[in-house]
Amino acid sequence: MIEINNLHKQFGKLKALNGINLSLNQGECIALIGPNGCGKTTLIKSILGMVIPTKGSIKVNGFNIEKTNLYREQIGYMPQIGRYPDNMTIGQIIEMMKEIRSTKRLPDEALMNKFLLPGMLQQRMHALSGGTTQKVSASLAFLFDPAIFILDEPTAGLDPLAAETLKEKIIEEKEKGKLILITSHLLSELDDLITQIIFMQEGNVLFHLSVVELLQSTGEIKISKAISNILKNTKS
Amino acid sequence: MMSRILIAIFLLSTASFFAEKIHVGKHHKIKCIKTALTHCKNGDSIIVEAGIYQEGNLVIDHSISLIGENLPVLDGQKKFEVLSIKACNVLVKGFKIQHSGFATLNDPCGIKVYDSQHVTIIQNVLDDNFFGIYLQYCKKCLIKDNRIVAYGEAEQQIGNGIHCWKSDSLVIEGNEVSGHRDGIYFEFVTNSVIWRNRSAKNIRYGLHFMFSNNDAYISNVFKNNGAGVAVMFTQKVKMFNNRFEENWGDAAYGLMLKEISDSYIVGNTFKRNTTGIYMEGTNRIKLEKNTFELNGWAMKIQASCMDNEITANNFLSNTFDVSTNGSLVLNSFNANYWDKYEGYDLNKDAIGDVPYHPLSLFSVIVEKNPPAMLLFRSFMVSLLDKSEKIIPSLTPDNFIDHLPLMKALNL
Amino acid sequence: MNRIVKFVILDILRNKIVLFYTLILAVLSWSVFNLEDNSTKGILSLLNVILLTVPLVSVIFSCIYLYNSAEFIELMLSQPIKRTKIWFCLFIGLVFSFVLSFVIGAGLPLLVYAPFDVGLIMILVGVFITAIFVALAFLSSVFTRDKAKGIGIAIMLWLFFALLFDGMVLFLLFQFSDYPIEKLMVVLSALNPIDLSRILILMHLDVSAMMGYTGAIFKHFFGTNLAISIVFVILLLWTIVPFLISLIKFKRRDL
Repeated sequence: MIEINNLHKQFGKLKALNGINLSLNQGECIALIGPNGCGKTTLIKSILGMVIPTKGSIKVNGFNIEKTNLYREQIGYMPQIGRYPDNMTIGQIIEMMKEIRSTKRLPDEALMNKFLLPGMLQQRMHALSGGTTQKVSASLAFLFDPAIFILDEPTAGLDPLAAETLKEKIIEEKEKGKLILITSHLLSELDDLITQIIFMQEGNVLFHLSVVELLQSTGEIKISKAISNILKNTKS
Repeated sequence: MMSRILIAIFLLSTASFFAEKIHVGKHHKIKCIKTALTHCKNGDSIIVEAGIYQEGNLVIDHSISLIGENLPVLDGQKKFEVLSIKACNVLVKGFKIQHSGFATLNDPCGIKVYDSQHVTIIQNVLDDNFFGIYLQYCKKCLIKDNRIVAYGEAEQQIGNGIHCWKSDSLVIEGNEVSGHRDGIYFEFVTNSVIWRNRSAKNIRYGLHFMFSNNDAYISNVFKNNGAGVAVMFTQKVKMFNNRFEENWGDAAYGLMLKEISDSYIVGNTFKRNTTGIYMEGTNRIKLEKNTFELNGWAMKIQASCMDNEITANNFLSNTFDVSTNGSLVLNSFNANYWDKYEGYDLNKDAIGDVPYHPLSLFSVIVEKNPPAMLLFRSFMVSLLDKSEKIIPSLTPDNFIDHLPLMKALNL
Repeated sequence: MNRIVKFVILDILRNKIVLFYTLILAVLSWSVFNLEDNSTKGILSLLNVILLTVPLVSVIFSCIYLYNSAEFIELMLSQPIKRTKIWFCLFIGLVFSFVLSFVIGAGLPLLVYAPFDVGLIMILVGVFITAIFVALAFLSSVFTRDKAKGIGIAIMLWLFFALLFDGMVLFLLFQFSDYPIEKLMVVLSALNPIDLSRILILMHLDVSAMMGYTGAIFKHFFGTNLAISIVFVILLLWTIVPFLISLIKFKRRDL
């Protein structure tokens, strides 16, 4: 579904992405991990068209993203810190999003309902707590039943209950055969979700393995252990 | 002396005793004015009935009264001087005199008075003449209640409305002049009064005088003239209660004073002129109780002026109150009202407690550099002016009114 | 598109600063006309308000709004919307809100007290000044990510056009005082929308006639209907060009 080909991005002197080649397929739930400043966010933003690559190409469903913006209809994006116009209410934001998408399909309000947002539609965005704002972001990402989900640190800031609700939703979507790309630094949270892992370091993809392969090759049971194992091996 | 007067009285009474009334007109025996003029004698009255008289140049050389009934028209057909007066004690009244000749060499006129005394010209209409009324070497004449209109377009192609040269003791009263080169022109005219005239829309000056000492100008209106009023090379002028209005343009002044001394300018109003008063080489003038309102510059005082006293005037809504081209200040300002004054009056004596500097920095800048006017009313200019008010550095610091009034004078 | 504009406008209009701005303009304008004894004086005082307050508020508030909307812009970008459309909607939204404030605050008293033609020209000038300084805010915000720096640039732009430019003009005037530079001055004034607006309005008040010889020259340039059209075309360019530059920058910008 997403084909990334020799992607370079340079911010001034800093090389953020250094020749990324990736192929992400339907039905996978992929964790994008790596230390701070490894290029995770730059990669996500490149896919979303927020960062313009210096070199290379990205294709979503076969369409080059430089040529079109319609591919974004296929993407549900949840930012790490969602910020919204201060004076708008939750209801207005949701209404605006629906208006922009103008899809004929019925919106998927399941997550919204589980987060109990319908009771808070009149609240203004600037009055919301961080957690509630994240709930809004998550609800918006899932609202239009897209084929691809890009979730940037989805559980950060959510209370455990809400995080669990979100996870359930992610699993549900995965089973529908969608592509889910998650960045996170808390790996343990994701253990039971993910099918593939991409590890990035200094603008390069260190490895891109399925969880099964990863565990087999290292002989570990836990993903976090397996990863640290690999990192140790590559260093030595 | 006594005998002379007796003789004079005797002569006058005999004259009136034998005086005749000569009627001229279609319905009378005498059809032309010319005939009447050749047959009249001193003291006669020629009464002209309404009609158009095209008789070329008419010359009055006897002491007679020429009186029009119902405004008869004397037409110069654009060729002749219409009426020439070459005798004393003449009265001309009630004519419409039009279409005098047109020339730049011999100055043809509607009415021209040559070397005469006691000539009275009243209630005439002068329409479309090269010069309107022209007096030369005259004394004790009265020009009153005439309407003098011309349609000049360029300065060189039209003469003056009332033109007086080398004369004395004239009274010019209640006339209306428009469309001429200068409305009223005085050169070497002394001891005369110009009173209650209205001079508007003339091509050059509403009033123009030179070398004319001891004259008084009272309650006239000078409005919308090409360059306002010019007063030059004269002493002992009195200008009271005149209005100088709407004289706008490149070199237009409400009143331009050049080489004037020992004069009084009192109670006049200067409104909506590019420059209210422009003074050059002007000395010992008292300017009192005048109102300067809505002018570009209320006063421009060149450095060549000295010992002028500017007292008890109102300065209202002028773009600039005063400007000068030098740094030497030899004139005094006292007890004027300046609407731009921002001082206070703690002791309530109606006099501001801080002196007022009427010269703004921007006016100095513009005087030196006229295109700077482009910055008029910009934020930066207001800032400059404010800072200069607080710490005067570039404007002469003796340019000052020590007793600025808190309230406008009731003038 | 209309929807986004509508939401942006609703968002801005709910902002207390805009309400405050409207109120301040209204208080200033009504009081200026009621305190001054003739309407020309009132117009001249209001001219200063329009040429100082309006650009200052427009440029700074727009700049702050743009920085505060960074995440909102990001959110919009993750939706299937063109970048140019988002930027354009923000611009239209900001301009519309400020123009609305201006017309309600200063426009109404102008229509009531000023002669109709002068009032109309002043309102048009105010509208353009608003749009121009919103565009300049877009330009300054697209040049740096740093909010403080961006607002700094915005304030500098305002300071430049409101004050420094005139200082430079004055300096040039004295440097070249021996040359006939009136015409050059007219051209120079086109480089500053605030100066251009000020001169245009002054030329339509009676004071122009009081400005003497140079006034006559400027009147000759600015007094005709053709000149009014030219001035408004220049003001339009002043709106479009900075916005277009910011748009081009924004299209290639990493968020």
